[in-house]
Amino acid sequence: MNDLNPQLLKNGEAVGLESVQILDFDEFSLGLLAEVRKQGRVAACFAVPVTGEGGELELFALVARDRNACVAVYRTRIGERFSSLTPNCPQMHLFEREIAEQYGVVPQGHPWLKPLRFHRSWRTGVDAWGRPTDQHPRIGEMEFYRVDGEGVHEVAVGPVHAGIIEPGHFRFQCHGEKVMHLEISLGYQHRDIERMLQGGPHPATMSQMETIAGDTSIGHGLAYCQVIEALSGCEVPARAQSIRALALELERLANHLGDIGALAGDVGFLPTFSYCGRLRGDYLNLTAALCGSRFGRGLVRPGGVLFDLDPALAGEMLARLKAVQGNTLGAMELFFDSPSVSGRFEGRGRLSRSVAEDLGLVGVAAKACAVPRDSRFFHPTGVYRHLFDDLITEETGDAMARARMRSREISVSIELIRRILNDLPDDPVRAPIGPLKGEALAIGMVEGWRGEVFHAGLTDGAGRLRRYKIVDPSFHNWMGLAMAMRDEQISDFPLCNKSFNLSYCGFDL
Amino acid sequence: MLQIIRERWRQGFKTGKFPKEEPILPPRFRGLPNFSEDCPSGCGKACETRCPFSACRQVDGRLVLDLGRCLFCADCPACPHGRITFGRDYRLAVRKREDLLYSGGEYPLAQPLEPARLKLFGRSLKLRQVSAGGCNGCEADCNVLGTLVFDLGRFGIQFVASPRHADGLLLTGPVTENMRGAVLDTYEAMPAPKIVIATGACGINGGPFLHSSEVSRGDDPVLPVDLYIPGCPPHPYTILDGLLRLLGRR
Repeated sequence: MNDLNPQLLKNGEAVGLESVQILDFDEFSLGLLAEVRKQGRVAACFAVPVTGEGGELELFALVARDRNACVAVYRTRIGERFSSLTPNCPQMHLFEREIAEQYGVVPQGHPWLKPLRFHRSWRTGVDAWGRPTDQHPRIGEMEFYRVDGEGVHEVAVGPVHAGIIEPGHFRFQCHGEKVMHLEISLGYQHRDIERMLQGGPHPATMSQMETIAGDTSIGHGLAYCQVIEALSGCEVPARAQSIRALALELERLANHLGDIGALAGDVGFLPTFSYCGRLRGDYLNLTAALCGSRFGRGLVRPGGVLFDLDPALAGEMLARLKAVQGNTLGAMELFFDSPSVSGRFEGRGRLSRSVAEDLGLVGVAAKACAVPRDSRFFHPTGVYRHLFDDLITEETGDAMARARMRSREISVSIELIRRILNDLPDDPVRAPIGPLKGEALAIGMVEGWRGEVFHAGLTDGAGRLRRYKIVDPSFHNWMGLAMAMRDEQISDFPLCNKSFNLSYCGFDL
Repeated sequence: MLQIIRERWRQGFKTGKFPKEEPILPPRFRGLPNFSEDCPSGCGKACETRCPFSACRQVDGRLVLDLGRCLFCADCPACPHGRITFGRDYRLAVRKREDLLYSGGEYPLAQPLEPARLKLFGRSLKLRQVSAGGCNGCEADCNVLGTLVFDLGRFGIQFVASPRHADGLLLTGPVTENMRGAVLDTYEAMPAPKIVIATGACGINGGPFLHSSEVSRGDDPVLPVDLYIPGCPPHPYTILDGLLRLLGRR
């Protein structure tokens, strides 16, 4: 299938739509399947109504070719029904369900065609499941997978969980204590973010990007800015790139460390639990020293950043980093040196490399299964082009591997921050943003702490956003958790869940 | 075992002195807004349309900023004359929705609960937290109150797993269509008397998602609220300060 020659796009680049060939559907599907066989990865797939034509949809699939540092763009048109690619490409599973729900079209032959977020179709009067279109669908109303037989029972959890956790519904099919199947049904946090961007960017857009998933404010904010900068041809100054990377690594540190603490808490190992809870705050406070917000709200803006660092603040941050580093490493060492802790994590929630690859997992969850996935390494922007070469992977694919991934990434991030703070380029922190290019497609990929944050923006003739696609790493990875629970004890669910620590709102949008 | 004890010694004692001592917040922290002077005549009420979250209004030449809608944006676009800046006062919780309409001067900080409920909850308050479309920012800043820096437990306040055990509901998020039922069910499941705490701009008035058709918070109160804690998200000390004021402990 090499004769297809799809349009290639680098991270942070835009391309005019006129140069993206519209394939017929068979070419599209054969090309995409061949791409995935050659280690391609479906980073995003979305539909968009064809401008000015009654009801027809265009389908875009953006396939990451990690080793070539680019994304291949596949484009075709679909009608009310199209044949599902999921049976031959499990990575398409959720994307096709999403398209069916958003536009009321049916991917025929989809083996698991259920609603994803439980909202009305975006095209009036059509629904992929034939539900009444004049009312909001009821959340969770669908056929759950069900196992029957002697000694088989079902456990339903959520939407409201026992702690301070976002809402989601988990349904387990168990035989005794053993989980045969877990179905995860989300949508409770659905705020309709993608649709609110249509016709944008609007004045409210940046705040909405920072709250797609509040714990990834920097990650999503950055991905959005990269799309806007690509569409307007803006060159972000080097100093701004450094400060962005600094904030992204601080976000990673705070969350990874918080996760290790929470994992310790889940198995009752209180020393690391208490130290990490506090140390996480120390990293959040470093972000607050930079921009006033512990989550980095207000730092990243199209064109650069809103806050600069003077040498005094950079020095203060270095000193504070040094002070917390010792305690961070100490707290983590306790965790990994205690046999009573490792005994609980080793072998739990194991995923094989091939499952991780088939599902298209990203970030920590993929890297823990020896699948190399890191946008900082494969699709670098800014300072990552020359500062980052530590692509870490683990072999065992279990909860322990996911914990180790985090602790090793923490060490790398601390070192990165030190190098960034010691070598801040001397130029402005923001460049002006011009009007957006019309009829164009742009992408932004950022390695957030959970994994790849992927945004794609498509403009109309007037340079307004016609369609905006957001893919949080959790969108790929929730299926990984469901698979990791197979044959596990149901009592180990909290521990496995925490080892993934996925976002509900990032998935629900 | 020795390693655990050694590490414990090295990590030191970190619980904060709050509320005896005021917390030190970073210089760039954005808290209670300052208005530099009265609105210039003939400015055309620009702020009313410039704030994307409709937080500003002009009443008789005075700027009224609705802190229930304000996201404390670093690049607040509202006033073209730059009259709005944010100060470092983190204390923002109030008891009534209209108390969030701020036009400078003294801020009506939350008063304690009325005697009947104060007697019940003053020394032991159990809260059920429900996230209803929240971005996990407010949730994270509630969770952090349980860490040893804030140590919420020492004030007799605790987050509990079941609404049946709860005296109050701490609500975050703009109440999405898909969570509306669960929020109401949780509220129903709590024994009376009970309290409701709306935390964060979303929980108070929809926050950044105010204009979404999937969100019901907007001007629809959903539940009767006893304490409003503004911010996007509120600083953990803002939440803690609000809780303590509600219980008459500050």
